[in-house]
Amino acid sequence: MSAMLRLFAHDLKLQLRLGSDLIAPVAFFVLATLLVPLGVGPEPNLLTRLAPGMIWVTALLATLLALDRLFQRDFEDGTLDLLALAPLPLEAIVLAKVAAHWVTTGLPLLIAAPVLGLMLRLDHGSYVTLEVSLLLGTPVLSMVGAFGAAVTLGARRGGALLALLVLPLYVPILIFATSAIGAAGEGLSPRPHLLLLASFFVAGLVLVPFAAAAALRNALE
Amino acid sequence: MTTARIPLLHRYANPAAFGRLAAKVLPWTTALAILLLGLGSYFALFASPPDYQQGESVRIMYVHVPAAIMSEVVYGMMAAAAVAGIIWKHALADLFVKAAAPLGAAFTFVCLVAGSLWGKPMWGAWWVWDARLTSELILFFLYLGYLALVDAFDDPQRGLRAGAILVLVGVVDLPIIKFSVDWWNTLHQPASLMTLSGPKVDPSMLLPLMLMIGGFMAFFVSVVVLRLESELLARRIRAWRTATSEE
Repeated sequence: MSAMLRLFAHDLKLQLRLGSDLIAPVAFFVLATLLVPLGVGPEPNLLTRLAPGMIWVTALLATLLALDRLFQRDFEDGTLDLLALAPLPLEAIVLAKVAAHWVTTGLPLLIAAPVLGLMLRLDHGSYVTLEVSLLLGTPVLSMVGAFGAAVTLGARRGGALLALLVLPLYVPILIFATSAIGAAGEGLSPRPHLLLLASFFVAGLVLVPFAAAAALRNALE
Repeated sequence: MTTARIPLLHRYANPAAFGRLAAKVLPWTTALAILLLGLGSYFALFASPPDYQQGESVRIMYVHVPAAIMSEVVYGMMAAAAVAGIIWKHALADLFVKAAAPLGAAFTFVCLVAGSLWGKPMWGAWWVWDARLTSELILFFLYLGYLALVDAFDDPQRGLRAGAILVLVGVVDLPIIKFSVDWWNTLHQPASLMTLSGPKVDPSMLLPLMLMIGGFMAFFVSVVVLRLESELLARRIRAWRTATSEE
């Protein structure tokens, strides 16, 4: 456990030292979302309808940005080989890396989302649901993304390939997250949608490390 | 573990043994595919009645439904082969996944296009965003993702293994497609073929449908065997080339 925490702290420190890595996803998130009112016009009712979907779609794309570097750097300089030899199982290494990825990409989105909600005139009743859906959903995005990064490790044209593999797997999260926010906006209970998101989170936590670790072993063979 | 099953599984991991089996099987499945597709098309186009509600456009069903079934069955087979490839390092199983994938993608594409052509006269729209259609579209992208991934590595073996892992992760989509019409209130009709109380399709339409499903299946087996054989040959040529260039 302490080895996992140390790896997590080490990854986090590396990410923070490279400041631009931290800013790029959240800046993309804000900028891409703000293109919407410029594209469809500033009509308030329309923006209210579009807000949950637009925020989530750009959040999805923003998490893609930093994914290809998740294992790539460690793979190239040989750190990953050493980590694989360490007593810590590869599954735990995946989890530590996912956690570091989420703190540097998912968490900033959580902080920026309410501001974007204001600018897109999100329903007053939807803010809590927006935050809860992001809190439950973005870790799953990081997990599924880590699997995609692991399975494309060492592949040619990794970046575009990664998006092609990961985006279809993101669809259920997008659907249930936006239905939760939509339900809250209409005064219905977002609970069932959020519970499904929570189940994705738990299932991902159990299953993704194994799939990603298997992919990493294949890349390191 | 049963002692008989694993040796049988491994017997056909030997390319030569598989080649002998393929040479025996291929003429039969090819003939069967031609026969069933020919008969099925005749019954589907001429010898079956138009639907009392849908008229002649019901005949799209005889392509749409078999393609839809095959899109899922092929993915299921690929997943089973991926398991065999990962657990037993079964060489032929890995190759089967690669050989079947373009066919599965094609079946999925045919299913989507035929469904779209059927949707326009019946629902008034080429495409609706209901759960069955969306999950089938995701299946198509899973196939495309596999095809892009498997060829993206310099070492073909590594590509096969990465692809197999991806196929297993994508299996989560299969039950969603199957049960989407029960879980959600979809415009797409619920199952009428594989229900607990037996098929709910009239015998006059069931016959051509079954013939077409059988024909699609035999076609798939024939083409996949051909693709496996050519893949094995390509591998032998590759090995032979590296051997001669090293001399």
